[in-house]
Amino acid sequence: MSAATDTTARPANTLYWALADSWTMTRRGLAHWARRPVQVVVNLVFPVMMLLMFAYFLGGGMTVPGGGDYKEYLVPGMLALTMAFGLEGTMLAVTTDLNKGVIDRFRSMPMAPSAVLVGRSVLDMLQSALSLCVLIGVALAMGWRWHDGLGDALYAVGLLLWLRFAMLWIGIHLGMVAGRPELVQAVQILVWPVGFLSNAFSAPENMPAWLGTVAEWNPMSATAAAVRDLFGIPGAGGGGSWAAEHARLLAVCWPLFLLAVFFPLAVGRFRRLSH
Amino acid sequence: MADSDPAIVVEGLRKTYGGKPALAGLDLTVPAGTVHAVLGPNGAGKTTCVRILATLLRPDGGRAEVAGYDVRRDPDQVRYRIGLLGQHAAVDEELSGRQNLEMFGRLYHLGARPARARAEELLERFGLTDTGQKAVGQYSGGMRRRLDLAASLIMRPRVLFLDEPTTGLDPRGRTEVWNAVRSLVGGGTTVLLTTQYLEEADQLADRICVVDHGRSIAEGTADQLKARIGGDRIEVVLRDGRQLDAAVPLVGRATGSDAIETDTDRRRIGAPVDDRVAALTGTVRALAAAGIEAEDIVLRRPTLDEVFLHLTGKSAAEGAADGGTDHTTKEGAGV
Repeated sequence: MSAATDTTARPANTLYWALADSWTMTRRGLAHWARRPVQVVVNLVFPVMMLLMFAYFLGGGMTVPGGGDYKEYLVPGMLALTMAFGLEGTMLAVTTDLNKGVIDRFRSMPMAPSAVLVGRSVLDMLQSALSLCVLIGVALAMGWRWHDGLGDALYAVGLLLWLRFAMLWIGIHLGMVAGRPELVQAVQILVWPVGFLSNAFSAPENMPAWLGTVAEWNPMSATAAAVRDLFGIPGAGGGGSWAAEHARLLAVCWPLFLLAVFFPLAVGRFRRLSH
Repeated sequence: MADSDPAIVVEGLRKTYGGKPALAGLDLTVPAGTVHAVLGPNGAGKTTCVRILATLLRPDGGRAEVAGYDVRRDPDQVRYRIGLLGQHAAVDEELSGRQNLEMFGRLYHLGARPARARAEELLERFGLTDTGQKAVGQYSGGMRRRLDLAASLIMRPRVLFLDEPTTGLDPRGRTEVWNAVRSLVGGGTTVLLTTQYLEEADQLADRICVVDHGRSIAEGTADQLKARIGGDRIEVVLRDGRQLDAAVPLVGRATGSDAIETDTDRRRIGAPVDDRVAALTGTVRALAAAGIEAEDIVLRRPTLDEVFLHLTGKSAAEGAADGGTDHTTKEGAGV
């Protein structure tokens, strides 16, 4: 036999190879981007379109508690909504990937099994970071500003990406549960009511009382409210409820809780693919 | 692992899907450096067996060793030593062939530069060098299969699994795959091949194992199996059915067989043959000399259905859990 067959596993370097394999999987995703630039652009343009529609088509009819400017109120909400809607992108990508033959080759190779999921995470976080940059750029061009300094603004971006990271693992788990791309469509529809039942576009005080309470406790609302606070948006203090008063705490804890539930579920599910 | 040790050992392998047994105690031993065919209809458990051996699926019971390593205890050691060509192309359709092979090379931990070199080498060997940046999704079926095979060979595996490698390929693609398999075996690779085609097993394999309902029901060389199931057959269709009685002894003498079957409605005579050429020329001459006109004379291999009929007393279609009948009729190889 030739020498190449004697290449054995190098368990001493497990961590090194796990990182190297994850990077290879990330490069694979980047190569996919390079092959479908239109889709990448569409994904970036969609939230921008939503922002513009709400700011200019509907914004005139919106009232902000305390009488602030609607655009000021809207931008953080759109940023949080974009992070939350990232879930469907992740879910679709995972489902599509698992239905492809290539996953069998990955699984029959001595690569780190975690690399498939880590590569997905890195790629989706990259996409979301890019999306945030574009949205904030457009918002700045619309005349929107943050008021409490760059440090707090970066803290806000950190909270947004933290929410996205939690959504990512929910997406990975649901993608594996769904199994087929058709089922993803159902989730793509369901994210709308869940996304809108929040303080993203409208203050929960404007909703029927019980709906307002649900909206205030929506994890996305916590992030949006905390981000508004960090950007120093005037008049966005909320209705004085506990959830609104402790938005920053909830914006950290909600994603942490979601991760504590869905990260082990997703990893366990991925391991059980061989059963 | 000593060279004389078997490359694959399977003992009492069991796997159940939702209450239905896919493997019901399969035993299999494949000596190193040989080609072993697992022959059976749809639903016989062939793919389940390959997926377990390739570490994609965990067995419910029994033992499986590949290249000296237990698939359950040392899956990574197994993975460094195997190649897998499944029923569906296991390559990234959105990337080019080169990008695919480079990616797999990196994931085999060859390192960036050797991975690139190996990709180049394999593209050349499989005639895919000039595919450039084209995405694999735009390849022809045969090209995709060749790339898939190239990806399975990145590590020069000791054991290569081929799960129905030619299903869905045109005759040219099939010949390409067969030739590639033959050249591999010359290099010392052990090949486990699953197929629904007796002809394919006959062409490629040193030994054949016939599986049904997740169990091995017969094993041996192609010749041994053919001896058990009656080997090749000759079939003569006469122009005039009234001459059947006169033709039967002539065919009997030409083939040296007394197990002659006649089908009056279709004016057909069938008989097993040992020496294909002698039987064919003998039959043609004898019929011509007697002035009996034949509409068709065909030599063919037994179909999988006939193999099953002999071994189990029922046809592959009834025997298989979800098998169709269409695949068993495609393989009658005429002369």
